[in-house]
Amino acid sequence: MTTLESLYGQAVLLFAALVLFVSFVMLAQSRVTTLVNLFALQGLLLALTTALVAVMQNSPHLLVSASLTLGLKVILIPLLLHWLILRMGLHRTTDEVNRPLQLLLGAASLVVFSYWITLPVVQLSALETRNIIAASTATLLLGMLLMISHRQALSHVVGFMAMENALFFSAVVATHGMPLVVELGVAFDVMVAAVIFGVFFFQIRESIDSLDVDRLSRLTETEESES
Amino acid sequence: MIALYLLLLIPLIGMPLLGLAGHKPWAPRLNNWLNAATLATSLALAVIVLRTGTLISDDKYWLVDAFNVYLIVLTALVGLTTGIFSGPYMAHEEAIGRLNPRRLRLYYSMYQGFMLAMYLILVTNNMGILWVAMEGATLATVLLVSLYRTPESVEAAWKYFILCGVGIAQALFGTILLYFAAAQVLGAGEEALEWTTLYTHAAEFDPTVLKIAFVFLLVGYGTKVGLVPMHSWLPDAHSEGPTPMSAILSGLLLNDALYAIVRSKMIVTQAVPGHLPGFLMMGFGLLSFLVAVLFLHRQRDIKRLFSYSSIEHMGTMTFAFGIGTPAATFAALMHMTTHSLTKSAIFVTVGHAAQIAGTQRMDKIRGLIATQPQVGWGLLVGTLAIAGFPPFGVFVSEFLVLVATMESYPWLTLALLLGLAIAFGGLFHHIQPIVFGQRPEGQTPVRANMMPVFVHLALVLLLGLTIPGVLADWFDEAAQLISGGMPQ
Amino acid sequence: MTWLVNLLQVILFVAAAPLLAGWIKKLKCWSQNRMAPSILQPYRDLFKLLRKETVVAENASWIFHTAPYVIFAVAVLAAAIVPLVAVAVPSARMADIIVLVGFFALARFFQALAGLDIGTAFGGMGSSREMTVASLAEPAMLMAVFTLAVSMSTTNLAAAIETLLHEPVTIRPSFVFAGLALALVAVAETGRIPVDNPATHLELTMIHEAMILEYSGHHLTLIEWAAQIRMMIYAVLLANIFFPWGLAETLTPAALGWGVVAVTAKLVALTVVLVLAEAVLAKMRLFRAPHFLGFAYLLGLLGMLTHVILEVG
Repeated sequence: MTTLESLYGQAVLLFAALVLFVSFVMLAQSRVTTLVNLFALQGLLLALTTALVAVMQNSPHLLVSASLTLGLKVILIPLLLHWLILRMGLHRTTDEVNRPLQLLLGAASLVVFSYWITLPVVQLSALETRNIIAASTATLLLGMLLMISHRQALSHVVGFMAMENALFFSAVVATHGMPLVVELGVAFDVMVAAVIFGVFFFQIRESIDSLDVDRLSRLTETEESES
Repeated sequence: MIALYLLLLIPLIGMPLLGLAGHKPWAPRLNNWLNAATLATSLALAVIVLRTGTLISDDKYWLVDAFNVYLIVLTALVGLTTGIFSGPYMAHEEAIGRLNPRRLRLYYSMYQGFMLAMYLILVTNNMGILWVAMEGATLATVLLVSLYRTPESVEAAWKYFILCGVGIAQALFGTILLYFAAAQVLGAGEEALEWTTLYTHAAEFDPTVLKIAFVFLLVGYGTKVGLVPMHSWLPDAHSEGPTPMSAILSGLLLNDALYAIVRSKMIVTQAVPGHLPGFLMMGFGLLSFLVAVLFLHRQRDIKRLFSYSSIEHMGTMTFAFGIGTPAATFAALMHMTTHSLTKSAIFVTVGHAAQIAGTQRMDKIRGLIATQPQVGWGLLVGTLAIAGFPPFGVFVSEFLVLVATMESYPWLTLALLLGLAIAFGGLFHHIQPIVFGQRPEGQTPVRANMMPVFVHLALVLLLGLTIPGVLADWFDEAAQLISGGMPQ
Repeated sequence: MTWLVNLLQVILFVAAAPLLAGWIKKLKCWSQNRMAPSILQPYRDLFKLLRKETVVAENASWIFHTAPYVIFAVAVLAAAIVPLVAVAVPSARMADIIVLVGFFALARFFQALAGLDIGTAFGGMGSSREMTVASLAEPAMLMAVFTLAVSMSTTNLAAAIETLLHEPVTIRPSFVFAGLALALVAVAETGRIPVDNPATHLELTMIHEAMILEYSGHHLTLIEWAAQIRMMIYAVLLANIFFPWGLAETLTPAALGWGVVAVTAKLVALTVVLVLAEAVLAKMRLFRAPHFLGFAYLLGLLGMLTHVILEVG
């Protein structure tokens, strides 16, 4: 039996589950263009969820956050990433994961882990969206897994942004949004981070002629033949 | 109040100014004047706080108390001296072709930006803005680490960005959980993120949620402090960036991140029974300390050597803050000061040494005293200071840490002593051939302003011989604020 | 009385299975702009096969002879478990969904053995491929139905559907995922694109067809019919578990009539979706089948997780 009987509540639950699902699909994805599109989809679902919660709870500042997410995570940052892909000719690179099935099952166990970790929070909360806290924490951990399992620098950026998505999601469902000034600050940081990432791609490209981050391995503790 | 706003306003104006004019020959002087103005403002602020007690702004956005005011002064001081050093240093780098005017502009404007972020971290009363400023500090410096555009520096900057980004995301999650726990009691809204309000009501918060929040905060901000095992970005970032960058990253940013952890600890310890936050900090601190002293020996690059020394000292400080007794807190606060001054001085000297020898590899740098006595002796004295030789201040603070450990956890003193001995051996093993010996062919002195180094080292010596009453009172007050008791 | 309705429902199920196959064929041809055979053509094919001579290899064992009967009998029994028109039938109440999965496993077991029986290369190849697909499809299917079972606190299909009918209409994320998982498993188990091409005549690309290459005559009738019944079972499962409205809860003629109309409509919609998917997708290479089914398993797992995390409490 669900705690939320109203249609809004069901829609929020469904969108939250879809956000988690999109994170899983991102993990198994090998094409960078699709990865960026999936990230935009995740942002869109997130913005919709926030808007629904805002309507349900009558909190207008959440609507501002929702539109901020929409503008930043669904439009601006994916556009920036797509521009980078075009500019650097990355649309043909693939980021094959070695063992997708094991990765996905590991991701499922991360979901269980995050459920366990957030149990005290869920039990304490009186909000209707409290069940979704575990899903948002899981999305955070899945974003981290995305960064760990992929080798292309672009996938790292998408993973980082997915983590920021998940953090925003956590804030919305656990506490109905952080104070607006904090949200604005975080959004500003994310925007600057995205721009700096873009600059970095050019620098990495210049120095090692590819964006495969595994090749950035000159600084190690062990002594190699060349300095 | 005005002093506070001025403190933030000066770097804010400096950023675009230097962004436009950073390549002009008078840019370093402008930078120095800006930093001097900030130092004066911070001293004024310190005097106000000393006279009238904790300063909280009316809208509860800003907080200046005994703990952060001396950190503000320290930040301003190190910022000024490093700025004075960086003027001729960067000019030399441009002359030998490692930099161009555009990068110089980026460097100077981000220098002010970084200072702004650090002041923001220190004076904000809002835990969320603290996070924003911390991330801002990372963003300001990340492009500076890769300033030289070599493959190694790009790699170091990328690692720095990604690792600190992931770490800081954990810290944001911890902040959200903290907000959640507070909102249960205080209601949603900005009040639930204000440190002062959180501090007074902390005992009412749910302990389990706070425990989880603290773990995330410790891991997150601990990444920025350089605690093992989240430290792997630190040696790379501090060694590949330009030397002034290494100096202020090592000397200042690590302190601010530790400040954030201690502020969080102050809230969490009131609600969580037992000593879990303290034990966690002690564990991470001790681990960092031991791993760093062992890694010291393997280093080939002189800046990496001192970066590991930074990790070692930050580990000691975290450990001391973790113990939590007033004596340990006093020791940790003093260690923050002495380490900051000494490490920035060392990095300045190392920068000049690298310039003289043309490389950062330790087996290629030789005969510094013979080449340029100021640099050579500065490096030797600095290393003595950082290794904990009496009568320097680092010796005193480390001694105080040992005393505090003996009072509370006597069997850990052995580990600390062992580590200190290993660090001592490692540092001297590497530095001795560098400073002594014959001057190699073709090695010429460089234009160097060693005044900042000597000022820092003199201050550290002073602190070692006698702690001025003002400073001791400061530390006492801060220790009382943090640990709830007066140190003896 | 209820037993009579039950018997009629099973007969309807078994008799309508070739009709569904013919309808799917028709839809596929329309989607490819071809002339379609009559919708009754499968009946004619089955009847034709009945009259043909049954040729059996010399070294065939009793397994080869009995497998078609076992497979067909099991298919009919499985059809008795799944509510087609009415929910409250005794045979549906007697056995639960795990028995259904067990029935499928039994049929598959005999089919694979029969493929291996004569010792031809293609038969063995088909059997091994079928087992590969099945070993991954079965957990996925079980995971999907467990989600349903945990939500409704029972593994009995009839009871679960009845509970579902009495609740207000809610969109559950766990059902969305479980439904997707079941759809993927259905595609794999019935040998449709993208796992297996039912219209292929190239033995090396066959999975299901390769096992039955040696069968002829009335044996083949039984096997083909059983395959069509299986297709219908999966379709009815998908339609009636996730969209149960229209099922007759009482056994009055009006309710039963509505039930027939509802299930027909649902099956038509489902087959349209199936054919569209087949038109858009290409057949995967065999080594990708585990990835496909792993994804189905993951969806089932996700459904279970979202149920526990999002919908409880």
